Amino acid sequence: MIPTEWALALSAVLFVIGVVGVLVRRNALVIFMSIELMLNAANLAFVAFARQQNSLDGQIFVFFVMTVAAAEVAVGLAIIVNLFRLRETVFVDEINLLKG
Amino acid sequence: MAALMQNEAFQVALWAMVKVGIILGVMLGVVSYLIYAERKICGHIQARTGPNRVGPLGLLQPIADVGKLLFKEEFIPAGANKVVFHIAPILAVFPAIVTFSVIPMGPAPMFVVTDINVGLLLFLAMSSLGVYAITLGGWSSNNKYALLGGLRSSAQMISYELALGLSTIPVLLRSGTLSLSGIVDSQAGNLKAFGTTLPLPNWGIFHWYLVLPFFIFLICSFAETNRAPFDLPEAEGELVAGFHTEYSSMKWALFFLGEYMNMIVICSIMVTLYLGGWHGPGVDKFAPLGLVWFLTKLFALLFFFIWVRWTYPRLRYDQLMGFGWKVLLPASIVNVVIAAVWLYWRANA
Amino acid sequence: MVPYLFLGFAALLVATALMVILHRNPVTSALFLVLSFSSLAGIYLLLQAEFIGMVQIIVYAGASMVLFLFVIMYLNLQHDVEKGAQIALRRGIGWMVGALLLLFAGLLAKKGWVSGPVAALPPDTTGGNAAAIGRVLYSRFLFPFEITSILLLVAMVGAIVLAKGRPAPQGEAE
Repeated sequence: MIPTEWALALSAVLFVIGVVGVLVRRNALVIFMSIELMLNAANLAFVAFARQQNSLDGQIFVFFVMTVAAAEVAVGLAIIVNLFRLRETVFVDEINLLKG
Repeated sequence: MAALMQNEAFQVALWAMVKVGIILGVMLGVVSYLIYAERKICGHIQARTGPNRVGPLGLLQPIADVGKLLFKEEFIPAGANKVVFHIAPILAVFPAIVTFSVIPMGPAPMFVVTDINVGLLLFLAMSSLGVYAITLGGWSSNNKYALLGGLRSSAQMISYELALGLSTIPVLLRSGTLSLSGIVDSQAGNLKAFGTTLPLPNWGIFHWYLVLPFFIFLICSFAETNRAPFDLPEAEGELVAGFHTEYSSMKWALFFLGEYMNMIVICSIMVTLYLGGWHGPGVDKFAPLGLVWFLTKLFALLFFFIWVRWTYPRLRYDQLMGFGWKVLLPASIVNVVIAAVWLYWRANA
Repeated sequence: MVPYLFLGFAALLVATALMVILHRNPVTSALFLVLSFSSLAGIYLLLQAEFIGMVQIIVYAGASMVLFLFVIMYLNLQHDVEKGAQIALRRGIGWMVGALLLLFAGLLAKKGWVSGPVAALPPDTTGGNAAAIGRVLYSRFLFPFEITSILLLVAMVGAIVLAKGRPAPQGEAE
């Protein structure tokens, strides 16, 4: 059996990779992928705890997180496509109309 | 070493390896002769003889074909994304091979590599990965025809996957398990209806609420394997050769292998879900007979696939999408509801 | 056997996740993300969550990432250009924040980690993980489950409306 600590450490590393991705990249699509990585890190923690607690609630939560993530991908990508049509770019630092 | 041989986990792993090896070897042979069969049947349907020069009845033709393909020039178009261009053909074969590990070809545990309790989900997961090969192959070729073929086919596969998945749900409702061996077990014996035992096997297709799902699954599997009448990704008349226009030599052969392997896999799943799997007369007395029955049903379905390909013309693209979304999807949803209500009523009445 | 498999999948997961954020070509990033989702599915299998593992492949690798690839191909994105002092500065800050977060997680694990009590009642797993999840989903979590279907419907309508684009204003050429 895998120690819960291992899975949690992996989850933490994955989450940090996601955070760094959001901070260092300027391509909106890659930022979006990094957000998916963070969501998956949370899922991994849920599954690990579900295993430790011998309960299914954690897995049910993962199921819901996946649904939300799927909805988010659909809407988010549509927004990115629209942004590209308007501004001809997907780089978030060039989309700065509100900066004044 | 002796201790290792005693280890139960090691034995299981070793057995699985042996079975995987056998299946891989047999599959490659079957695929090459399936191509031969396709050419032969196509020939006879078109009032020709088909390949008949190499060996008796042309039986050595597949070997000659493979030899030719091996020695052809590997061509990589300028401006292609080289890494993706190499990966795409591998992705075409990989999902089909993985799915084979859960298909029960006879009584478990002898004739199935591994019987996991989410077998059907594994099949759905792998068939959803099949899109990558074609999309990436089309995109990385840096060719307009290939890109169009790739985009067409991914839209087509995603659309038909929905109806395909939904048409398996009535089967699951009946058997109450996702394990493919469990589904086969639920089709044992004779059909019981109207309070008597009928002289029909208890296969899925003989239950009235599984007839429509079977035909939806059949139609969707034509689309999933990119075969006529849904072969738009490689529509020769319009797109040269579709997503594999720029592929040559063994990479092209891998795409071809993937297509035929997918065909075998999806027919095996159909046999398992709707046609009683390896069940047939005499299996309870002599277990290996199950393999024979399984292969008989499988080859009958494969023949049907080839027959359809050389009989029906290709659909137009908007007709294809319209049919998938406006006919097959609603029909399979309605069927799920009907089957659920019927099974619930029967269980509680 | 299982711990070694876990370590293997974990190494693959971390390596591919790093490639996702490091590679300049968005298509390659997306492909590495597919790989990391698949190795995560392997980890779920090892944690005895077969159903979640398979759904992970179907939903993420099979659906979400195909959509990502479609959009990248549709926008015809090439290698990202990342040059200049500003971007270098931001990259430095990003990695610093990441290191700080990891440090924080390490401290938390060392100082504040208390394993909770193990639940008394093991779940009813007759018929496997999928059947057990189904039972819980359709009893205790029925209401949230129904809400998710509405969420998906809203997302579907929203995506279609957004992707169709705004109709041209009256009397004006687009």
